[in-house]
Amino acid sequence: MSKISLIIKREYTTRVMKKSFIILTFLTPLLFAGMIMVPLWLSSIKDNSKKNIVVIDRTNSYQGVLKNNDTYTFDFVDKPADEVRKENADNESFTALLLITDDLAKNPKAATLYSEEQVNMELKSYVSDLLKNYVEEQKLASHNIPNLKKMVDESHVDINISTVKWGEDGKNKVGSAELALAIGMISAFMIYMFIVIYGAQVMSGVVQEKTSRIVEVIISSVKPFELMMGKIIGIAMVGLTQFFLWVVLTLFISTVAGSFIGGNIDISALQQANTMGMGMNTPLPANETENMVREVYTMLSGFDFAQIVVLFVIYFLGGYLLYASLFAAVGSAVDNETDTQQFSLPLTLPIIFAIYAAIYSAQNPDGPLAFWCSMIPFTSPIVMMVRLPFGVPAWQIIISIVILVFSFIGTTWMAGKIYRTGILMYGKKVTWKELWKWLRY
Amino acid sequence: MILLEVENVVKQYIGHRALDGVSLNVPENTVYGLLGPNGAGKTTLIRIINCITAPDSGEVRLNGKRLTAADVEKIGYLPEERGLYKKMKVGEQALYLAQLKGMTKSDALKALKYWFEKFEIQAWWDKKVEELSKGMAQKVQFITTILHEPKLLIFDEPFSGFDPVNADLMKREILNLKNNGATIIFSTHNMESVEELCENISLVNQAKIVLQGNVAEIRASHATNTFVVQTKTNIAESGFELLSQTTKNGIIESLIKKTPNETNNALLKSIISQTEICSFQELLPSMNDIFIKTVKL
Repeated sequence: MSKISLIIKREYTTRVMKKSFIILTFLTPLLFAGMIMVPLWLSSIKDNSKKNIVVIDRTNSYQGVLKNNDTYTFDFVDKPADEVRKENADNESFTALLLITDDLAKNPKAATLYSEEQVNMELKSYVSDLLKNYVEEQKLASHNIPNLKKMVDESHVDINISTVKWGEDGKNKVGSAELALAIGMISAFMIYMFIVIYGAQVMSGVVQEKTSRIVEVIISSVKPFELMMGKIIGIAMVGLTQFFLWVVLTLFISTVAGSFIGGNIDISALQQANTMGMGMNTPLPANETENMVREVYTMLSGFDFAQIVVLFVIYFLGGYLLYASLFAAVGSAVDNETDTQQFSLPLTLPIIFAIYAAIYSAQNPDGPLAFWCSMIPFTSPIVMMVRLPFGVPAWQIIISIVILVFSFIGTTWMAGKIYRTGILMYGKKVTWKELWKWLRY
Repeated sequence: MILLEVENVVKQYIGHRALDGVSLNVPENTVYGLLGPNGAGKTTLIRIINCITAPDSGEVRLNGKRLTAADVEKIGYLPEERGLYKKMKVGEQALYLAQLKGMTKSDALKALKYWFEKFEIQAWWDKKVEELSKGMAQKVQFITTILHEPKLLIFDEPFSGFDPVNADLMKREILNLKNNGATIIFSTHNMESVEELCENISLVNQAKIVLQGNVAEIRASHATNTFVVQTKTNIAESGFELLSQTTKNGIIESLIKKTPNETNNALLKSIISQTEICSFQELLPSMNDIFIKTVKL
């Protein structure tokens, strides 16, 4: 086995065998799935308890409007509000008090809900819907035009614009700006996370080798550059392993969980629809929620996931290699982990800038900020991922990748020079000027 | 037969010159001492021999051929600043370092088994390095340095961190390695061990070699014509200088200095004529004295 592959193997296995890696890798998809599934599940649970609402109606005109339903019963009383409240303090006979002080048609703010706890949204919207419909009807009726309500109802139209993107192959794709945004932001954040987490791992790995004084033992067998590249490549493979496991586990968990909650959210159908291009032709299911799910799948199938995944891996590797070698150089220049901050700040700043640029680019994926930030290698891996689902011309992607590749070759070369001097310097406070000198050795 | 030749090596760092025209020859199958005060340039020279840094000018030859990066597999190096991965198991780590030196896995395992048994440390195999004491870790490091049976071994302060018992064990192992054909470069501040182990030395000071040669010859050339004489009765100065005289268990020990052109025999004669001699020995300066004297010049 060649020496660099020995180093890669050691870096990879020691990290993958770590408890923290295994726990993080298996818990994160559970967390992802939980974040999606728990709200779904909670909303499917109905609160069956009956709730009493006491109504004090000073106008005496809404008695018939507020109808009881499964959840709410309305109790009309004719007492001052303070008294009602006092009574309730003893035996909690109602959840809320609705006070109507004036004709709502003239004064829409005349209704107020009082409650000991925060009034929940459902009750508020139920009551306001009832009152609003009634007042609207009253107003329409006051015009004395027969069938006016029917005419108004008929003229009411909901416009739901569906967006279609012309594909380069002539096929139309059903697009969804929201989904594009979600896919773009998720992949951009993942690249951001991977660069920060694994870049920091490279740095602390180098610092550890230096502080434990093993580095001179090793570079008497291998070249410093081999040691640095072995570490960087080994850790990149750890990152890819984690990414791969996350994708597989998230798909698996959401499939399993999906079959328990909310009917048939069938993830494999999504993949099938996508790969076979049959998303548009699937027969319409009867069930309405299923219909909605189908619609989402159809829109999802409008994205070229193969392209997104391949470019994700390319940009992840490019961005990681660009930053990791610089992180390695920083690690080599300092004597312990606490000293790394001074030099790692100039590295983390562009990464943080990139994530902000990505957020703004999402609003205007073809604007100048988005364009330039997806060309500059220090931001392109993150910003380009946001733009991809909206569709980016091939020439832009190619130029951006070429710039990225040349840049990481450049930074790796620079970092290698700093690294080979830095790792053999002990007990010396390093300055920027000193780093510059090492570069020119 | 010269194993390692260093010829006129110069290494310049920005702001200071670490090595300024250093040359030395290490004969095969000897122990060679590389001495010098801190910051003299020893570590730089050792790093050049290990191909860790390259000289600005000059040449290093191993077996008469210019040293290349591939030659590092023939060298075993125990640096002064040494350590191991703290979280890694001892056995795994030793195996890893051996493979980096170009050994195959099975060869490395065989050799490791031999050395772990020899040092009676088989029980450490599955321990993490952070569980070991400093001396224990040093033993593991010693093994990883010599495991691939290098022709040339370089030890930089090999005895630091060892208790006297283990330091002695290491000393014996180093001599064993020499007897088995290895050539050893030995850098230390411990001058007693230099006298004990080294045949030849180079003393580096301020980037230059200030003293070089065979240890016995160097000591003889630094002789101060001083002798220790033990006699039954007091002696008086007669052609020599009497530096001091003490009595120990009824025997009188005198420190005397002869004039440079008088022979030892003539000196003896002048004492014999006074009393009976129990012992007579020339007092050679220790390497420690020579070191201090040379560096202070």
